[in-house]
Amino acid sequence: MSSKKTTEEPPQTRQSNGFSRRTFIQGVGVGTGTAGALLTTEAEAAPAGGVVGPGPVPMTLKINGKSRSLEAEPRVTLLDALRNRLDMTGAKKVCDRATCGACTVIVDGQPVYSCTMLAIEAQGREIRTIESMSPNDPVPRNFVKHDAQQCGFCTPGFVMACQSFLENNPNPSQADVEAGLSGNICRCGTYVGLRMAALDAAKEVKGARRG
Amino acid sequence: MQAFEYASPSSVKEAVGLLSSSWGETDVLAGGTDLLSLLKERLHTPKRVVSLRNVSGLNGVSATQIGATATIDALTKSKGMPAALVQAAEGITSPQMRVMGTVGGELLQRPRCWYFRNGYGLLAKDSSGKALVPGGENQYHAILGNKGPAYFVSASSLAPALIALDATVTVVGPDGEEEISAEKLFRTPAGDNERENALKPNQILIAIKIPGGAVKSATYEVRQRQLMDWPLVGASVALKMNGGTVESARIVLGHVAPTPWRSSEAERALTGKSISEETAMAAAKAAVAGATPLSRNKHKVQLASVAVKRAILRAAG
Repeated sequence: MSSKKTTEEPPQTRQSNGFSRRTFIQGVGVGTGTAGALLTTEAEAAPAGGVVGPGPVPMTLKINGKSRSLEAEPRVTLLDALRNRLDMTGAKKVCDRATCGACTVIVDGQPVYSCTMLAIEAQGREIRTIESMSPNDPVPRNFVKHDAQQCGFCTPGFVMACQSFLENNPNPSQADVEAGLSGNICRCGTYVGLRMAALDAAKEVKGARRG
Repeated sequence: MQAFEYASPSSVKEAVGLLSSSWGETDVLAGGTDLLSLLKERLHTPKRVVSLRNVSGLNGVSATQIGATATIDALTKSKGMPAALVQAAEGITSPQMRVMGTVGGELLQRPRCWYFRNGYGLLAKDSSGKALVPGGENQYHAILGNKGPAYFVSASSLAPALIALDATVTVVGPDGEEEISAEKLFRTPAGDNERENALKPNQILIAIKIPGGAVKSATYEVRQRQLMDWPLVGASVALKMNGGTVESARIVLGHVAPTPWRSSEAERALTGKSISEETAMAAAKAAVAGATPLSRNKHKVQLASVAVKRAILRAAG
């Protein structure tokens, strides 16, 4: 088997240098964006069937109520677009294979693994990320109250999965919470706190029966 | 992921026109839950990905017809669906996967065999052409229909239910529309260049049709973890009853063979009988009587038998 390149980030980002890793990636992003501009004419003159790429394509994503424009190759996932192009690093890249939930964002009111949706496919949809949440919102506040995290790496995904779950299921039982958050994994094992946070937050979100 | 051209046609005809007639050149994108992983692992390296996102009319759900791009979530929430299908859909991994994944994509997902997923090919051979599965890590592999060259198990959870319900699928290619029984959609590849389903590279599965009629149906799956896991084995059953007697039965096992595995032995054992622990057990034993487990998966024989028995009892209510 040939060696596999499973990340979209250029290999240079792994080397140690004077820049922060993030600044460096952004620099590279600007570079590809410029190269992409040369291809824009090609993209605009798209043949029937809406064929674009494989080079960078201009796209617009609606994130947390704001339109964000970027240029990215069709192969770029929503997660990589958020993290590497738009500097929204809340959603985490862990498994990158739709099996851990750390990259969960809300798309059109539903929880979605952003690692497994192409950015180009997320156009025209309402995307909500952890950056839209305030510490005083019921879900984050109850995560803190119940100590529902340890290392915290799964937390942004868990918060978004929990938020989406409670919006769609206002009065859950404990079994509902377990099933509803089953698409996210916490390797520190803070599930007891997570369940309590979800159940308490449920009492405060819209549509809940109080008490 | 290797760079690819992205196409978003607005009709099925246009989509078909954008697909290559050879495997490997193009891929169809629906929910992406399987395709994106295949692309990231470079198991698929298409030059073009054809998205069905802008093709309208493919995501409707009714008790008799399901559009290929309807999500698993939509299927579980649809009223009047046969129980076997809903139970199979509810078992599919996680809320996120059910929201993103489509019914057509679930049927056409590539096998989960870890040799295949790690680049050893669908038939899992080493560089000298020797099959790796029989003497290897085969605890999740086939216990039926495993005389070679394929040892993987069919990954779909919906397929056994759809076959039990005698469903058909509609596929569209350059030569027009074609109706295939769900059972005939799956096949065991005989060589490296064959796929595990009957679709041609430039055909698209657009719909699933479920015949009406009163059947009692159920699915029972066995998992290692209760949530966010693929089943180790599963069984779907559809029974046509005449009073208290089984007039006819369709019994299909999942995750036990390179295709969904219809057990005529179990069906014969149940036909003409009333449903009880004993008759369900007899059918369950018949279903695995011909099993030929590999070196590390004998446990799957017992699990498959239990799944058949419990699916029958669940269908009978």
